[in-house]
Amino acid sequence: MARAISAAENDPPVVQAFLREHSQRLGRARIVGITGPPGAGKSTLTGCLAAELVNRGFSLGLLLVDPSSPFTGGAILGDRLRLPDIAQHPQVFVRSMSSRGSMGGLSKATSDAVKLLDAFGMDFVLIETVGTGQAETDIVSVADSVIVVAVPGLGDDIQALKAGILEIADLFVVNKADREGAEKTERELLHMLKMQPSSSGWTIPVIRTVATKNEGIGELANKLLAHYEFLRESGLLLRQRVARAEQELKDLLRSRMMQEFERLMGPALYRDLAQEIVAGEQSLYDTADKLWQQFLVRITQKGGSASD
Amino acid sequence: MERKIRVLVAKPGLDGHDRGAKVIARALRDAGMEVIYTGLRQTPEQIVTAAIQEDVDAIGLSCLSGAHNHLFPRVVELLKEHNAEDILVFGGGVIPDADIPGLKAAGIKEIFTPGTSTQDVIAFLEAHVRR
Repeated sequence: MARAISAAENDPPVVQAFLREHSQRLGRARIVGITGPPGAGKSTLTGCLAAELVNRGFSLGLLLVDPSSPFTGGAILGDRLRLPDIAQHPQVFVRSMSSRGSMGGLSKATSDAVKLLDAFGMDFVLIETVGTGQAETDIVSVADSVIVVAVPGLGDDIQALKAGILEIADLFVVNKADREGAEKTERELLHMLKMQPSSSGWTIPVIRTVATKNEGIGELANKLLAHYEFLRESGLLLRQRVARAEQELKDLLRSRMMQEFERLMGPALYRDLAQEIVAGEQSLYDTADKLWQQFLVRITQKGGSASD
Repeated sequence: MERKIRVLVAKPGLDGHDRGAKVIARALRDAGMEVIYTGLRQTPEQIVTAAIQEDVDAIGLSCLSGAHNHLFPRVVELLKEHNAEDILVFGGGVIPDADIPGLKAAGIKEIFTPGTSTQDVIAFLEAHVRR
Protein backbone atom coordinates (compact mmCIF):
# COMPACT_ATOMS: atom_id res chain seq x y z
CA MET A 1 0.00 0.00 0.00
CA ALA A 2 2.70 2.44 1.06
CA ARG A 3 4.83 1.62 -1.97
CA ALA A 4 1.81 1.94 -4.23
CA ILE A 5 1.16 5.48 -3.08
CA SER A 6 4.81 6.35 -3.64
CA ALA A 7 4.35 5.03 -7.14
CA ALA A 8 1.32 7.30 -7.56
CA GLU A 9 3.57 10.21 -6.66
CA ASN A 10 6.63 9.21 -8.65
CA ASP A 11 5.78 6.68 -11.31
CA PRO A 12 2.22 6.97 -12.66
CA PRO A 13 2.40 4.10 -15.22
CA VAL A 14 2.87 1.52 -12.46
CA VAL A 15 -0.23 2.75 -10.67
CA GLN A 16 -2.21 2.93 -13.87
CA ALA A 17 -1.42 -0.69 -14.56
CA PHE A 18 -2.57 -1.65 -11.07
CA LEU A 19 -5.77 0.37 -11.27
CA ARG A 20 -6.53 -1.09 -14.68
CA GLU A 21 -6.34 -4.54 -13.22
CA HIS A 22 -8.53 -3.70 -10.24
CA SER A 23 -11.09 -1.42 -11.82
CA GLN A 24 -14.00 -3.59 -10.66
CA ARG A 25 -12.95 -3.12 -7.07
CA LEU A 26 -13.22 0.64 -7.22
CA GLY A 27 -16.13 2.74 -6.06
CA ARG A 28 -16.82 1.09 -2.73
CA ALA A 29 -15.04 3.48 -0.39
CA ARG A 30 -16.81 6.56 0.90
CA ILE A 31 -14.60 9.50 0.14
CA VAL A 32 -14.67 12.41 2.55
CA GLY A 33 -12.83 15.71 2.19
CA ILE A 34 -11.98 17.91 5.15
CA THR A 35 -11.04 21.47 4.34
CA GLY A 36 -10.91 24.90 5.92
CA PRO A 37 -8.56 27.75 6.75
CA PRO A 38 -5.15 27.09 8.31
CA GLY A 39 -5.32 26.67 12.06
CA ALA A 40 -9.00 25.74 12.12
CA GLY A 41 -8.11 22.40 13.65
CA LYS A 42 -8.52 20.25 10.55
CA SER A 43 -5.84 17.74 11.53
CA THR A 44 -7.10 17.29 15.08
CA LEU A 45 -10.67 17.02 13.84
CA THR A 46 -9.64 14.53 11.15
CA GLY A 47 -7.94 12.44 13.83
CA CYS A 48 -11.03 12.47 16.07
CA LEU A 49 -13.38 11.65 13.21
CA ALA A 50 -11.10 8.82 12.09
CA ALA A 51 -11.02 7.39 15.63
CA GLU A 52 -14.82 7.62 15.83
CA LEU A 53 -15.25 5.78 12.52
CA VAL A 54 -12.75 3.11 13.51
CA ASN A 55 -14.63 2.60 16.78
CA ARG A 56 -17.77 2.03 14.73
CA GLY A 57 -15.98 -0.77 12.91
CA PHE A 58 -14.96 0.93 9.68
CA SER A 59 -11.56 0.63 8.08
CA LEU A 60 -10.08 3.79 6.73
CA GLY A 61 -7.29 5.47 4.87
CA LEU A 62 -6.22 8.99 5.70
CA LEU A 63 -4.49 11.24 3.23
CA LEU A 64 -3.04 14.36 4.79
CA VAL A 65 -1.95 16.99 2.31
CA ASP A 66 0.43 19.75 3.38
CA PRO A 67 1.92 22.46 1.21
CA SER A 68 5.29 22.16 -0.47
CA SER A 69 7.73 25.04 -0.62
CA PRO A 70 7.32 26.98 -3.86
CA PHE A 71 11.08 27.58 -3.88
CA THR A 72 12.78 24.29 -3.05
CA GLY A 73 9.92 21.84 -3.55
CA GLY A 74 10.66 20.49 -0.10
CA ALA A 75 7.98 20.14 2.55
CA ILE A 76 7.44 19.55 6.22
CA LEU A 77 4.46 17.26 6.62
CA GLY A 78 3.31 17.70 10.18
CA ASP A 79 -0.32 16.60 10.17
CA ARG A 80 0.60 13.20 11.50
CA LEU A 81 1.66 14.89 14.70
CA ARG A 82 -1.98 15.31 15.66
CA LEU A 83 -3.15 11.76 15.27
CA PRO A 84 -0.66 9.55 17.00
CA ASP A 85 -3.18 7.21 18.63
CA ILE A 86 -5.05 5.87 15.65
CA ALA A 87 -2.19 5.45 13.18
CA GLN A 88 -1.22 2.24 14.98
CA HIS A 89 -4.62 0.67 14.47
CA PRO A 90 -4.55 -2.23 11.98
CA GLN A 91 -7.66 -0.89 10.24
CA VAL A 92 -6.06 2.48 9.62
CA PHE A 93 -3.54 3.61 7.04
CA VAL A 94 -2.17 7.13 7.24
CA ARG A 95 -0.18 8.87 4.55
CA SER A 96 1.15 12.42 4.39
CA MET A 97 1.39 13.98 0.96
CA SER A 98 3.10 17.13 -0.18
CA SER A 99 1.03 19.29 -2.50
CA ARG A 100 4.07 19.29 -4.85
CA GLY A 101 3.36 22.72 -6.18
CA SER A 102 -0.30 22.13 -6.94
CA MET A 103 -2.50 25.11 -6.05
CA GLY A 104 -5.98 23.69 -5.58
CA GLY A 105 -5.49 22.25 -2.09
CA LEU A 106 -4.54 18.72 -3.17
CA SER A 107 -1.58 17.17 -4.95
CA LYS A 108 -1.83 15.68 -8.42
CA ALA A 109 -1.30 12.22 -7.01
CA THR A 110 -4.14 12.55 -4.49
CA SER A 111 -6.88 11.16 -6.67
CA ASP A 112 -4.77 8.12 -7.59
CA ALA A 113 -3.94 7.60 -3.92
CA VAL A 114 -7.69 7.70 -3.15
CA LYS A 115 -8.31 5.05 -5.79
CA LEU A 116 -5.56 2.86 -4.38
CA LEU A 117 -7.03 3.01 -0.87
CA ASP A 118 -10.41 2.23 -2.39
CA ALA A 119 -9.00 -0.74 -4.31
CA PHE A 120 -7.38 -2.01 -1.11
CA GLY A 121 -10.86 -2.21 0.41
CA MET A 122 -10.99 0.74 2.80
CA ASP A 123 -14.52 1.65 3.93
CA PHE A 124 -13.63 5.32 4.18
CA VAL A 125 -10.99 7.55 2.70
CA LEU A 126 -10.57 10.82 4.59
CA ILE A 127 -8.62 13.52 2.80
CA GLU A 128 -7.40 16.53 4.71
CA THR A 129 -6.51 19.34 2.33
CA VAL A 130 -3.91 22.03 2.83
CA GLY A 131 -5.21 24.99 4.79
CA THR A 132 -7.47 26.75 2.36
CA GLY A 133 -8.48 30.31 1.78
CA GLN A 134 -11.16 31.07 -0.69
CA ALA A 135 -10.67 29.19 -3.89
CA GLU A 136 -8.96 25.88 -3.17
CA THR A 137 -11.88 23.78 -4.18
CA ASP A 138 -10.18 20.79 -5.84
CA ILE A 139 -11.52 18.57 -3.11
CA VAL A 140 -15.01 18.63 -4.66
CA SER A 141 -13.73 16.82 -7.70
CA VAL A 142 -12.46 13.96 -5.53
CA ALA A 143 -14.74 13.62 -2.50
CA ASP A 144 -18.32 12.39 -2.09
CA SER A 145 -18.83 14.50 1.03
CA VAL A 146 -17.00 17.70 1.89
CA ILE A 147 -16.67 18.94 5.47
CA VAL A 148 -15.73 22.60 5.76
CA VAL A 149 -14.21 23.51 9.11
CA ALA A 150 -14.76 27.03 10.41
CA VAL A 151 -13.61 28.55 13.68
CA PRO A 152 -14.86 31.50 15.69
CA GLY A 153 -13.08 34.79 15.59
CA LEU A 154 -11.43 34.72 12.18
CA GLY A 155 -11.42 38.41 11.43
CA ASP A 156 -14.58 39.43 9.68
CA ASP A 157 -16.07 36.08 10.65
CA ILE A 158 -17.16 34.44 7.46
CA GLN A 159 -14.61 36.47 5.52
CA ALA A 160 -12.18 33.60 5.64
CA LEU A 161 -14.63 31.28 3.94
CA LYS A 162 -15.95 33.13 0.98
CA ALA A 163 -17.68 32.15 -2.19
CA GLY A 164 -15.85 29.06 -3.43
CA ILE A 165 -15.17 27.29 -0.23
CA LEU A 166 -18.56 28.04 1.30
CA GLU A 167 -20.36 26.60 -1.66
CA ILE A 168 -18.59 23.26 -1.60
CA ALA A 169 -19.65 22.28 1.92
CA ASP A 170 -21.96 19.33 2.50
CA LEU A 171 -21.39 19.68 6.23
CA PHE A 172 -20.16 22.63 8.24
CA VAL A 173 -18.21 22.27 11.43
CA VAL A 174 -17.66 25.12 13.84
CA ASN A 175 -14.59 23.82 15.60
CA LYS A 176 -13.13 25.28 18.81
CA ALA A 177 -16.75 25.84 19.79
CA ASP A 178 -15.78 26.46 23.41
CA ARG A 179 -14.29 29.76 22.32
CA GLU A 180 -15.96 33.10 22.44
CA GLY A 181 -17.87 33.90 19.27
CA ALA A 182 -18.75 30.29 18.39
CA GLU A 183 -22.46 31.03 18.53
CA LYS A 184 -22.03 34.04 16.32
CA THR A 185 -20.10 32.04 13.73
CA GLU A 186 -22.73 29.30 13.82
CA ARG A 187 -25.53 31.85 13.48
CA GLU A 188 -23.87 33.49 10.52
CA LEU A 189 -23.34 30.18 8.76
CA LEU A 190 -26.96 29.22 9.34
CA HIS A 191 -28.09 32.60 8.11
CA MET A 192 -25.98 32.29 5.00
CA LEU A 193 -27.31 28.79 4.35
CA LYS A 194 -30.85 30.10 4.63
CA MET A 195 -30.18 32.68 1.97
CA GLN A 196 -28.72 30.09 -0.33
CA PRO A 197 -30.86 27.01 0.03
CA SER A 198 -29.38 23.81 -1.29
CA SER A 199 -30.80 22.65 -4.60
CA SER A 200 -30.19 18.96 -3.96
CA GLY A 201 -32.66 18.56 -1.09
CA TRP A 202 -29.89 17.96 1.45
CA THR A 203 -30.01 20.29 4.45
CA ILE A 204 -26.44 21.30 5.19
CA PRO A 205 -25.93 20.87 8.92
CA VAL A 206 -23.77 23.12 11.08
CA ILE A 207 -22.13 21.04 13.79
CA ARG A 208 -20.28 22.47 16.78
CA THR A 209 -17.19 20.58 17.85
CA VAL A 210 -14.28 20.91 20.23
CA ALA A 211 -11.90 18.50 18.57
CA THR A 212 -9.30 18.69 21.32
CA LYS A 213 -11.92 17.42 23.81
CA ASN A 214 -13.58 15.08 21.32
CA GLU A 215 -16.89 16.94 21.67
CA GLY A 216 -19.42 16.85 18.86
CA ILE A 217 -17.51 14.18 16.94
CA GLY A 218 -20.23 11.54 17.34
CA GLU A 219 -22.76 13.90 15.84
CA LEU A 220 -20.40 14.75 13.00
CA ALA A 221 -19.98 11.06 12.21
CA ASN A 222 -23.78 10.58 12.32
CA LYS A 223 -24.34 13.45 9.93
CA LEU A 224 -21.59 12.22 7.65
CA LEU A 225 -23.15 8.76 7.43
CA ALA A 226 -26.55 10.40 6.87
CA HIS A 227 -25.13 12.44 4.03
CA TYR A 228 -23.78 9.33 2.36
CA GLU A 229 -27.18 7.64 2.72
CA PHE A 230 -28.79 10.71 1.22
CA LEU A 231 -26.37 10.67 -1.72
CA ARG A 232 -27.05 7.02 -2.34
CA GLU A 233 -30.81 7.10 -2.05
CA SER A 234 -31.24 10.24 -4.11
CA GLY A 235 -29.07 8.86 -6.88
CA LEU A 236 -26.76 11.83 -6.45
CA LEU A 237 -23.81 9.63 -5.56
CA LEU A 238 -23.96 7.92 -8.90
CA ARG A 239 -24.44 11.22 -10.73
CA GLN A 240 -21.49 12.78 -8.91
CA ARG A 241 -19.30 9.83 -9.69
CA VAL A 242 -20.32 9.79 -13.33
CA ALA A 243 -19.51 13.50 -13.55
CA ARG A 244 -16.18 12.87 -11.86
CA ALA A 245 -15.28 10.05 -14.22
CA GLU A 246 -16.23 12.24 -17.17
CA GLN A 247 -13.97 15.01 -15.91
CA GLU A 248 -11.10 12.60 -15.30
CA LEU A 249 -11.52 11.16 -18.76
CA LYS A 250 -11.40 14.63 -20.28
CA ASP A 251 -8.36 15.62 -18.22
CA LEU A 252 -6.53 12.48 -19.18
CA LEU A 253 -7.29 12.88 -22.87
CA ARG A 254 -6.44 16.55 -22.75
CA SER A 255 -3.01 15.83 -21.33
CA ARG A 256 -2.48 13.02 -23.78
CA MET A 257 -3.42 15.23 -26.72
CA MET A 258 -1.11 17.92 -25.47
CA GLN A 259 1.72 15.41 -25.22
CA GLU A 260 1.02 14.18 -28.71
CA PHE A 261 0.92 17.73 -29.99
CA GLU A 262 4.28 18.56 -28.47
CA ARG A 263 5.78 15.29 -29.63
CA LEU A 264 4.77 15.91 -33.24
CA MET A 265 5.71 19.56 -33.24
CA GLY A 266 9.06 19.09 -31.54
CA PRO A 267 10.39 20.46 -28.27
CA ALA A 268 11.15 24.10 -27.47
CA LEU A 269 8.24 24.98 -29.61
CA TYR A 270 6.84 27.94 -27.76
CA ARG A 271 9.75 30.13 -26.72
CA ASP A 272 10.50 31.89 -30.05
CA LEU A 273 6.87 32.28 -30.89
CA ALA A 274 6.19 33.73 -27.47
CA GLN A 275 8.95 36.27 -28.04
CA GLU A 276 7.36 37.29 -31.33
CA ILE A 277 4.04 37.71 -29.60
CA VAL A 278 5.51 39.91 -26.89
CA ALA A 279 7.39 41.95 -29.50
CA GLY A 280 4.10 42.55 -31.27
CA GLU A 281 5.22 40.81 -34.49
CA GLN A 282 2.48 38.22 -34.34
CA SER A 283 -0.84 38.08 -32.58
CA LEU A 284 -1.50 35.34 -30.09
CA TYR A 285 -4.44 34.07 -32.10
CA ASP A 286 -2.62 34.00 -35.45
CA THR A 287 0.24 32.10 -33.87
CA ALA A 288 -2.11 29.55 -32.38
CA ASP A 289 -3.92 29.17 -35.71
CA LYS A 290 -0.68 28.63 -37.56
CA LEU A 291 0.54 26.00 -35.11
CA TRP A 292 -2.76 24.23 -35.23
CA GLN A 293 -2.70 24.08 -39.05
CA GLN A 294 0.83 22.68 -39.01
CA PHE A 295 -0.23 20.11 -36.46
CA LEU A 296 -3.20 19.00 -38.56
CA VAL A 297 -0.94 18.58 -41.57
CA ARG A 298 1.56 16.50 -39.62
CA ILE A 299 -0.94 14.30 -37.97
CA THR A 300 -2.66 13.45 -41.28
CA GLN A 301 0.73 12.70 -42.88
CA LYS A 302 1.35 10.19 -40.14
CA GLY A 303 -2.07 8.77 -40.76
CA GLY A 304 -2.88 9.35 -37.13
CA SER A 305 -0.72 6.37 -36.22
CA ALA A 306 0.94 8.30 -33.47
CA SER A 307 0.07 6.07 -30.61
CA ASP A 308 3.12 4.29 -29.30
CA MET B 1 8.63 12.79 -12.44
CA GLU B 2 11.22 13.93 -9.95
CA ARG B 3 11.74 11.52 -7.12
CA LYS B 4 11.86 13.29 -3.76
CA ILE B 5 13.79 12.04 -0.77
CA ARG B 6 11.29 11.39 2.04
CA VAL B 7 12.54 11.51 5.61
CA LEU B 8 10.75 10.87 8.88
CA VAL B 9 12.05 13.02 11.71
CA ALA B 10 11.03 11.60 15.06
CA LYS B 11 11.72 12.07 18.72
CA PRO B 12 11.61 8.82 20.63
CA GLY B 13 11.59 8.82 24.40
CA LEU B 14 10.54 11.23 27.06
CA ASP B 15 12.57 14.40 26.72
CA GLY B 16 10.80 17.45 25.36
CA HIS B 17 13.68 19.14 23.58
CA ASP B 18 12.59 19.26 19.97
CA ARG B 19 14.51 22.30 18.80
CA GLY B 20 17.22 20.17 17.19
CA ALA B 21 14.72 17.93 15.44
CA LYS B 22 12.88 20.97 14.09
CA VAL B 23 16.09 22.58 12.84
CA ILE B 24 16.95 19.37 10.99
CA ALA B 25 13.41 19.06 9.61
CA ARG B 26 13.57 22.57 8.28
CA ALA B 27 17.03 22.22 6.79
CA LEU B 28 15.98 19.06 4.96
CA ARG B 29 12.86 20.76 3.67
CA ASP B 30 14.97 23.64 2.39
CA ALA B 31 17.12 21.07 0.61
CA GLY B 32 14.02 19.98 -1.29
CA MET B 33 13.16 16.88 0.73
CA GLU B 34 9.76 15.87 2.05
CA VAL B 35 9.95 15.66 5.79
CA ILE B 36 7.33 13.94 7.91
CA TYR B 37 7.58 15.36 11.39
CA THR B 38 5.86 13.26 14.02
CA GLY B 39 6.50 15.26 17.16
CA LEU B 40 7.49 14.45 20.71
CA ARG B 41 7.44 11.28 22.78
CA GLN B 42 7.03 8.68 20.09
CA THR B 43 7.48 5.01 20.84
CA PRO B 44 9.75 3.02 18.51
CA GLU B 45 6.59 1.16 17.40
CA GLN B 46 4.85 4.40 16.41
CA ILE B 47 7.93 5.57 14.57
CA VAL B 48 8.28 2.38 12.58
CA THR B 49 4.57 2.24 11.68
CA ALA B 50 4.74 5.82 10.46
CA ALA B 51 7.93 5.19 8.49
CA ILE B 52 6.41 2.21 6.71
CA GLN B 53 3.07 3.87 5.93
CA GLU B 54 4.85 6.96 4.72
CA ASP B 55 7.31 4.87 2.66
CA VAL B 56 10.23 7.04 3.73
CA ASP B 57 13.82 6.59 2.61
CA ALA B 58 15.30 7.48 5.99
CA ILE B 59 14.44 8.00 9.64
CA GLY B 60 16.15 10.70 11.69
CA LEU B 61 15.95 10.08 15.43
CA SER B 62 16.65 12.80 17.94
CA CYS B 63 17.15 12.00 21.58
CA LEU B 64 18.44 14.15 24.38
CA SER B 65 17.32 12.08 27.32
CA GLY B 66 20.18 9.63 27.43
CA ALA B 67 17.99 6.67 26.42
CA HIS B 68 19.45 6.48 22.90
CA ASN B 69 21.24 3.19 23.54
CA HIS B 70 17.89 1.55 24.09
CA LEU B 71 15.63 3.49 21.71
CA PHE B 72 17.72 3.77 18.54
CA PRO B 73 18.59 0.05 18.20
CA ARG B 74 14.95 -0.82 18.97
CA VAL B 75 13.84 1.15 15.91
CA VAL B 76 16.31 -0.76 13.73
CA GLU B 77 15.12 -4.06 15.20
CA LEU B 78 11.48 -3.27 14.51
CA LEU B 79 12.29 -2.25 10.94
CA LYS B 80 13.91 -5.66 10.46
CA GLU B 81 10.85 -7.40 11.90
CA HIS B 82 8.73 -5.61 9.31
CA ASN B 83 11.15 -6.36 6.46
CA ALA B 84 11.84 -2.68 6.13
CA GLU B 85 15.56 -2.65 6.88
CA ASP B 86 16.15 -0.83 3.62
CA ILE B 87 15.05 2.31 5.47
CA LEU B 88 18.18 4.12 6.57
CA VAL B 89 18.34 5.20 10.22
CA PHE B 90 20.42 8.09 11.52
CA GLY B 91 20.46 9.79 14.89
CA GLY B 92 21.37 12.93 16.69
CA GLY B 93 21.36 14.53 20.11
CA VAL B 94 23.60 14.59 23.14
CA ILE B 95 25.27 11.27 22.59
CA PRO B 96 28.61 10.51 24.21
CA ASP B 97 31.39 9.58 21.78
CA ALA B 98 31.82 6.30 23.61
CA ASP B 99 28.28 5.23 22.65
CA ILE B 100 28.68 5.87 18.94
CA PRO B 101 30.47 2.64 17.91
CA GLY B 102 27.84 0.56 19.71
CA LEU B 103 25.01 2.41 17.99
CA LYS B 104 26.63 2.01 14.60
CA ALA B 105 27.14 -1.69 15.24
CA ALA B 106 23.41 -1.88 16.03
CA GLY B 107 22.60 -0.58 12.55
CA ILE B 108 22.39 3.18 13.01
CA LYS B 109 24.08 4.44 9.89
CA GLU B 110 25.36 7.73 11.30
CA ILE B 111 25.25 9.76 14.51
CA PHE B 112 25.33 13.54 14.45
CA THR B 113 26.32 15.22 17.70
CA PRO B 114 25.80 18.87 18.72
CA GLY B 115 27.67 21.30 16.50
CA THR B 116 27.08 19.35 13.29
CA SER B 117 26.31 21.57 10.32
CA THR B 118 22.94 20.91 8.73
CA GLN B 119 24.82 20.75 5.42
CA ASP B 120 26.57 17.61 6.66
CA VAL B 121 23.25 15.93 7.34
CA ILE B 122 21.92 16.88 3.91
CA ALA B 123 25.08 15.66 2.19
CA PHE B 124 24.90 12.41 4.16
CA LEU B 125 21.32 11.74 3.05
CA GLU B 126 21.94 12.66 -0.55
CA ALA B 127 24.90 10.29 -0.62
CA HIS B 128 23.29 7.33 1.12
CA VAL B 129 19.62 7.24 0.25
CA ARG B 130 18.76 4.61 -2.36
CA ARG B 131 17.53 6.19 -5.55
